[in-house]
Order: sequence, then structure tokens, then C-alpha cells
Amino acid sequence: MSFVKLTASTLAIAAVSATAAAARDQVQIAGSSTVLPYASIVAEAFGENFDFPTPVVESGGSSAGLKRFCEGVGENTIDIANASRQIKDKELATCAENGVTDIIEVKIGYDGIVFASDVNGATFEFTPADWYKALAAEVVVDGKLVANPAKTWADVNPAFPAQPIQAFIPGTKHGTREVFEEKVILAGCEATGDFEAKLAGAAGDDEKAKKKAAEKACMALRTDGLSVDIDGDYTETLARIESNKDGIGVFGLAFYENNTDKLQVATMSGVVPSTESIATGEYPVSRPLYFYIKKAHIGVIPGIKEYAEFFVSDELAGPDGPLAEYGLVSDPELAKTQAIVADEAVIGSNM
Amino acid sequence: MTDATTSLLTQDARTKKRNAAEARFKLYGIAAIGIGVAMLILLLVTILGNGVGAFQQTFVTLHVELQEKKLDKKGNRDPEDLKKVTTFGYDPLMKAAFDKAVKEANVETKLKPKDQAALLSKSAAADLRNYVLANPEHIGKTIEFTFLANSRVDGYLKGRVTRESIANDKNINAAQLDLVDQLVKAGVIEKRFNPAFILGADASDQRPEAAGIGVSMAGSFFMMLVVLVLALPIGVAASIYLEEFAPKNWITDIIEVNISNLAAVPSIVFGILGLAVFINTMHLPQSAPLVGGLVLTLMTLPTIIISTRAALKSVPPSIRDAALGLGASRMQAVFHHVLPLAAPGILTGTIIGLAQALGETAPLLLIGMIGFIASNAPGGVAEGLLSPNSAMPAQIYEWAKRADPAFYERAWGGIIILLVFLVTMNTIAVILRRRFERRW
Repeated sequence: MSFVKLTASTLAIAAVSATAAAARDQVQIAGSSTVLPYASIVAEAFGENFDFPTPVVESGGSSAGLKRFCEGVGENTIDIANASRQIKDKELATCAENGVTDIIEVKIGYDGIVFASDVNGATFEFTPADWYKALAAEVVVDGKLVANPAKTWADVNPAFPAQPIQAFIPGTKHGTREVFEEKVILAGCEATGDFEAKLAGAAGDDEKAKKKAAEKACMALRTDGLSVDIDGDYTETLARIESNKDGIGVFGLAFYENNTDKLQVATMSGVVPSTESIATGEYPVSRPLYFYIKKAHIGVIPGIKEYAEFFVSDELAGPDGPLAEYGLVSDPELAKTQAIVADEAVIGSNM
Repeated sequence: MTDATTSLLTQDARTKKRNAAEARFKLYGIAAIGIGVAMLILLLVTILGNGVGAFQQTFVTLHVELQEKKLDKKGNRDPEDLKKVTTFGYDPLMKAAFDKAVKEANVETKLKPKDQAALLSKSAAADLRNYVLANPEHIGKTIEFTFLANSRVDGYLKGRVTRESIANDKNINAAQLDLVDQLVKAGVIEKRFNPAFILGADASDQRPEAAGIGVSMAGSFFMMLVVLVLALPIGVAASIYLEEFAPKNWITDIIEVNISNLAAVPSIVFGILGLAVFINTMHLPQSAPLVGGLVLTLMTLPTIIISTRAALKSVPPSIRDAALGLGASRMQAVFHHVLPLAAPGILTGTIIGLAQALGETAPLLLIGMIGFIASNAPGGVAEGLLSPNSAMPAQIYEWAKRADPAFYERAWGGIIILLVFLVTMNTIAVILRRRFERRW
């Protein structure tokens, strides 16, 4: 009877899965969608050049990736988390609670954050102060803190056209958001002098708490719809700009360089973003990219260390490698990172 | 009342009004259908217009000299030594071969060999290396190869990339496009059907031209296999018991209501359940089609149970009564008489359930089947079930969010393939129903 056969095969499959669950031979990676293209380029070349299977790379954002990374040690947890920001103390604590103690931090290079608008629209030359004035929740007008009154870019800076402000910025689960807040909004807050006003009005027990409160007040963004959080990927930001020609979006440099037919990039403090200007530090809005390795998995899951070494090798992550070609700004101190990987130096071991 | 002449031939005001209302309603109906059809046509035209290009790809034919001094310095053809030459070591061979092809085609160009070879796909070196590793005896000879061209070159031949659009593009410049034009004339570069799109594996962000949907198709296939093997027997057994054997009491009522509720649960919920139960508790491998299949089984079960029960209900009681009256046991009555008559309905429901599961993406997000999973095509059933893989809708989603616009075209191409599968499955369901369903 076929029913019996079907039941038997079902049981067989269950048995196979129970035995095979013990063996995983490919590296599992998850995390930042900014690091994803680089990780997939490396994973592909790794699969081609080594006898190990191609690693699996998932995206979902730095925070989501680190959360999964910190879930514990074992074959059903990921081996490597990609992040477009450094791991936080809070996350390290969560990791430690779940038994993930020895973590190797690998800096792969730098990524530029660019501001781009529709290719046929107006050209912009921004400074951090412009972005602060355009997007902050509260700004100082005539010595008083008021809800941000700016409606068009001309309100922000008379040199700009009277184009309505419509910004598409990364959502809070993206590492890019933090860099945007710190390197653009906070810098703008300080440059305009609003920081002092907010510090004066900040509540807190001591200087440090006050400063923190003022920083938080600076980085609070307006919620009246002129600044839109994009929780998806840069493709979504691009789609928003294509449907709303007044929009200005925040992108990674590599994404912009692949879409130069649709986007034009704005300068920041007079510098055009490029791998060169970011490497020299002239272009101010950039951040390091990382991945984190669970040391406990090295030797258990085959290929982790080889993958990490391959990733930071001069052939790939160097200034002439394929990663730089795609848009990664290579780290001048790559040799140091290579040493960290070779020695499996964990965070806190004072290399 | 005396002058009120009523005739069947002339309509009075009330009849006119009623007829007008009916005519209006018909018009609304036609308009609704018209809108529906227009939407469908719009959808199909968009999908075909954007996606057909993905089935064609630009190829470059080169004669590559497999130089022994580059590939096998020791000259002993030892596979271990050959493997030490990475794909980067093959780049000079490609450059030399491309330069030769340009010279043979009598094309004048001021481009350096490096910029010429940049027109090739980044996958070319890997293809060449795989060939050499598989055929070490060919080292030292000159072999004709057909490589993929870079996605920008491909886009240029397809009209996606134009001389205007590359103004700020650092990946290709006008001089390279001039070279492409001349090589197309010389027959070195040509656009033709690309089976690798249907059969191949995913590729990284730098080489959209090499990406294919084949491996994720295999992933979808293995998931459907799991769904079929699990959901069909479980679903049919549950429905037969509920319909034919179970006493009608409050327990079966609760079960019935909950099965209907389960059918309405959003699929992402099953994904979370799958992550918690199959991966975290049962320690099944991540990203495996087996887990995807189990999750989709949970999702498909209610659909199969509901349609099976409807099919069983539609078999008239007289058939059961006749079988029982002739002395058959209840099980014999069900398996010999009721089930065969209900089979077409059950199959239809199963196929529709499978089609639904085939197009499902959301639960796969949570069990790690969406991402860069460039595995090779699985070698067997066990590997197909357990090694990491993606699924067709997941692959389409993944392509749609990548930076290079060439992936966008592939996403549309993937949609075409997925639609072909869905339409085929639904057509089979309709045919089965038409052919074998009996009405009483």
C-alpha cells in the first residue's frame, strides 16, 4: 500500500535529518547589508580557490547579525557576524551571557557614506551643518529652541535651490544610521553652535550626563515626514528617489558607484566622495567595516580561519584587489589586521 | 385605471428603470473584468519586457594559451600544485588572450591590455581554472573558450547601458564601448541564449552576468519534495479520519475550527516557528531545504486538509451506504470506494497547496535561506535536502535588492521562470479536475 510506503519514507527522511544534523561543513555568516557584497565576493572566490564549500552569507543588518551571533556557541548558530559598526559593550555582555566569550574582531576596510539625489535634479554641496539644520527635530532660532521650521533646502542654506526637503535615511537597525547621526548630524549640531544651547538646557546629574543628553537632543531627528527612515536596503532608497525626484538619500559609496546613471552625488564640506578621498580621510563621512569571528568555532567548522585570512589578504582587501574595485576603501593598516587573524587574537586580549 | 394601457411591447417607467439598472450592473461587471484583464496584461508585459533579456547573455570567444610556466611551474601536472595557482594567477592569460583576439580582429585601440580584459566577466578566470584543473593534459596548448562578458558590456548590447548613462561610471568608459562595437562587428563578442541562467548558481555582486537560478530551483524542488512527502499523507490521513471516522463532538469541532484558523495564519509566523522548533530545538541545519520544506509543510497542511475534506464530502453517501450494505468494513468502504472518487479533488488541492508553497518567501527569511548561497547543484537527495540552498522566490528577492542594475534584469527573468512553474502546476490542477472529477 502506497500509504505505508509514504510513511516509511517520511520516517527515513526524519532519520537522515537526525543523523546529518551533527555535521555542518560550510561557514555561516550573517549581518550588515553593507558588508554583504564584499562578503559574497570573498565567499565566491573562496569557494572557487579552496576545497571548502562556499560560505553562506545572509544579510539583515548589523544589529540583527550580532544578535544572532551572540545567541550562543554551537553548530546551529552562525560563525561570523558582519557589521558596519563596532560591536557594542552591551552586545559583548549579551554574548558573554550566552557563552560566546572569545570573539575575534576583524576590520576589513572603510566604507564611505554618500548623499545622492536624482541625476537630473539640482546639484548640492553640503556641509554637516546643512543636514543638521534640515533634519534636526529642534533647532535654535533667535536664541530659542523651536521645532525645526525648515521646509525647503533654501530655508537651510540660501545657496541651495528652494527644493522641498525630503530625506531618505537608513533606519535604526542599520549601522549606517549611527554613522550618519554621529558624523553628520552631531557634527552639524556642534558646527552651528546649537550644541551649546542644547547643553545649557540639558538635564543631568553631572557634566557627563548633561553632555550625553545634549548629544541625544542633537541627534533627535524630525518626525514630521520630511525625513523618512528606510528599513530596507539601498535599492529601496533608490526606488524612493526615483518616484520622488526631490528626494535625497543616504547610500554606501559602492551602491552609488553602481548606479551613476540614476544618481548624482553631493559633496560634503567641499570634497567629492571617492575611494581615494575617503582613504586619505578628506571626505569626512566614512566608517570602518568589521566582521566578528567566534573563536570557539575555529577548528570545529572547517574553513573559518582560512576564509578570514583570505578575506584580509592583500590579494582581496588590498588597494588593487576586487573589494577595492567594488567600492571598499582599503585599510592602510591591513597588515595589523592580518596579524590579528593569524594569531586569533580575541577582543580584550591587548594586541 | 381606465386609460392605463399596459402592453408587453411598450415598457412602462418602472420596467425601464429596472432594465436600466440591469444594464448598468452589466456595465460595472464588464468594467471590473476589464480592469482585471488590463492589470494582468500590464503585469505580463512588464515582467516579459524586463525579464526576457535575462535569458540572453553576451559572450566573448577567445583562444587562450594555457602557458605552462604560469600554471604548472614544476611541470609535473600534480593536481595539488595546480590548485595552488589561484584565479588571480589566471588573469595574465586572459589579458594575453584578449589582446591577441583584438589584434587578430584588426581592431585599433589605445586601451591597455588590462582595460581590454576588463570587458570580460570576473567569472572568466574561475571558469578557466576549473577547466585546467579538470583537464591538466591541455596545459601548454591553445584552447578556444567562450567567456561571459562583463555586465556593463552585456547591458550595452541590450540597450540598458548607453554612452550617456556611463558618464560617471568608473567601471566602463567610452573607449571600451568603442572596442566593444568593433569586436561585435568582428564576431568576437556576440549575444545569444544563455542556458546558465536557467541552470547555474548565484554569483556575487561583482559578476551579475554569471548568476543563474538553477541551484535555487533545485532548492525549491527539494522543498516541494519534503512538502509532498509529508503534507499529502498527513493531510489525507487527518481528513479521512475527521470526515469518515471521528465522532462529531466538541473536540472535533474545536479541531475543525482550528484547522480553518491555521489556514489564515500569516506565513511569517510559520518561519518563526520553524526557527524555534526545527533549528534551535531540534538542531537541524540552517539554510537547508529540509527545514524549509518542514516549515512549508506546516503552512500547506491546512490547505490540503480543507480541500481533501471538501472532496470527501462531495462523494455521495449512497456510495458509502452501498459498500457498507454489501458487507464492506468502514475502512474498505473508504479506501476502495470513497477515496478513489475523491482523489482528483485531493490532488487538485495538493497541487494548489504546493504552488502556494513554491511562491512563498517570508518564512524562508528566518531560517536562513535568503542570502548569498552560491552552492553548487546538489549531488544527491541527502545533499539536496541538507546542504544550504536558496529557493526561487528567495533568489528573486535577493537579486532585486542588489546594487548592480544587471541583477534587476535577472530578478525579472527569475519571475518568468517562477511563473512558468506556477502556471504549469495550476494548469495540471485544472486538467485533473476537468478530466477526472465526477459530479452527482
